[in-house]
Amino acid sequence: MSDPLIIGGQALSSRLFIGTGKYSRNTLIPEVVEASGSQVITVALRRVDPDSNDNIISHIPDRMILLPNTSGARTAEEAVRIARLAKASGLGNWVKIEVINDQKYLLPDNAETIRATEILASEGFVVLPYMSPDLSAALRMQEAGAAAVMPLGSPIGTNRGLRTRELLRILIAELDLPVIVDAGIGRPSEAAEAMEMGAAGVLLNTAIATARNPQLMASAFRDAVAAGRKAYLAGLGPVEETAAASSPLTGFLD
Amino acid sequence: MGFYETARRLSEQADSEIWEKYTKDDVMRTLRKEQLDERDLQILLSPAAADCLEEMARCALRLTRTHFGHVMQLFTPMYLADFCINHCTYCSFSSIYDFPRKKLSPEEVRQEAKAIAATGIRHILILTGESRKESPVSYIKECVKILREYFSSVSIEVNPLSEDEYKELKEAGVDGLTLYQEVYHEETYRKLHIKGPKKIYRNRMDAPERGCRAGFRTVNIGALLGMYDWRREALFTAMHARYLQDKYPECEIGVSVPRFRPFLGEYNPEHIVTDRALVQIILAYRLFLPRAGITLSTREPSALRDRLIHLGVTKMSAGVSTEVGGHTLEGGTPQFEISDGRSVQEISRMLRANSLQPVYKDWDILESV
Ligand code: SF4
Repeated sequence: MSDPLIIGGQALSSRLFIGTGKYSRNTLIPEVVEASGSQVITVALRRVDPDSNDNIISHIPDRMILLPNTSGARTAEEAVRIARLAKASGLGNWVKIEVINDQKYLLPDNAETIRATEILASEGFVVLPYMSPDLSAALRMQEAGAAAVMPLGSPIGTNRGLRTRELLRILIAELDLPVIVDAGIGRPSEAAEAMEMGAAGVLLNTAIATARNPQLMASAFRDAVAAGRKAYLAGLGPVEETAAASSPLTGFLD
Repeated sequence: MGFYETARRLSEQADSEIWEKYTKDDVMRTLRKEQLDERDLQILLSPAAADCLEEMARCALRLTRTHFGHVMQLFTPMYLADFCINHCTYCSFSSIYDFPRKKLSPEEVRQEAKAIAATGIRHILILTGESRKESPVSYIKECVKILREYFSSVSIEVNPLSEDEYKELKEAGVDGLTLYQEVYHEETYRKLHIKGPKKIYRNRMDAPERGCRAGFRTVNIGALLGMYDWRREALFTAMHARYLQDKYPECEIGVSVPRFRPFLGEYNPEHIVTDRALVQIILAYRLFLPRAGITLSTREPSALRDRLIHLGVTKMSAGVSTEVGGHTLEGGTPQFEISDGRSVQEISRMLRANSLQPVYKDWDILESV
């Protein structure tokens, strides 16, 4: 069954996006990439040091689409500058906008994110904004030319799962864009649930990077995302409060 | 307003027997809570918690790894000048000591920068004594300009400045401020700071907030442990950090845990902070401030540093000299004696052996593109 996710004109067969932060060593990255089957990987431009002999980029397999993120940005202007810098240094034209003004919980600033989306989309970037799941903000990002939106399941790095479930549901129902759940997912079952709800994909970092065996966890997420997607496509059966008879009780009336 | 009001309120309570009233049950309950308040902080710093260090350590490690991952940010200090007009009883740079003072010339700054940058480190913390004559803001700016060619991030640890001066330095490319209160207990503060502008307790206490307002990305505070009852000092430090976090959510607030070290003079602190106490402080900071960076300097011996990396610490100095020009010049006077003299490479090796990734660069100051 071919069921690609199309973003920025690219067809992706894997709906699992992964990150490069928090690993105990960069040499784990190729192994995790392999086990996850992922095709898109985020990298924080602030951590990229071309002069270092352990440059993070050199650990990412060539087949991957790089998704530089603007982590560290506190304003739309900073995000825009980081994105342009990433492009200028040859990291491609995809960008995950992260504008965070709240260092206590690391919650994204939707207003600044909308502004950055407008600017970067108009410059031809494939823009994926990380956001708090708020419908009107998401609609404005869509209008501004985002290629997908990336609402959080719960605050970054918390592994708390889909605490924003109801809001994600609304975003998935209302937007014409892919909704990729980013941040908060801690378990494969939660990734599966997001996919069952109709999310187009999930992005994960902490859950894999901080697992005892990151490679094995990556492959668990690969399976979970695929299973959740299949369930969504298959159409989940309705949940009934009382037992439903399998043949209609009022069929005789026809 | 400012933290001073909170500090006054805390002072009235903290000198009484607040620490004794908590039990092990209180500690265990606190460890199950999601958001800790002032009372929880007291509980974690209390004698009752001293019996629960293992339980606290497990929570702290989990929090550190989820929020920061398996990484440790490295930085190194660079001493620019040791001229000082203050007399602080615990410091070799104090104006009463007679030794040839120096400050780095622009060429020497460049030479030091090159030597440090060659180790791979991209984050630097510059330090001076307090002398508006020898190391004025204009001098610091001049040095920053050179350092920006070699480093992604330049932080300062200098005498308290005005908000405008901080803004000026931010414009020049400084992105972080470190400023220790030294001792929060006001009476002790007055005793230890005998001469010079540093005597003004409140000017120092309000300076980190001026730094937040000036827009520094990171502001790092701390108490020099050993000067007064550590439970109380840690309580004030953590509350100060929380105050800044709440009021300036855009600024990354960090805390340090410097313990007193031998120096030129005779002063010996009255309040010994044992390794156990230091661990309790670090754990309490991590649990109370889950997202705050915790810095550990080379004041601590290497064997202990190697253990503390699993308890909540997220930033470490490496390849350290506390002398002006200590990386390339001869004959400086160290501000205090360091304990862990390992090179950047050695520290990195130790971190890797402990399954942690040393991070040399975590941020770039953005130029317009
Ligand atoms: S602690 Fe600072 S202000 Fe005090 S004497 Fe030393 S250098 Fe001067």
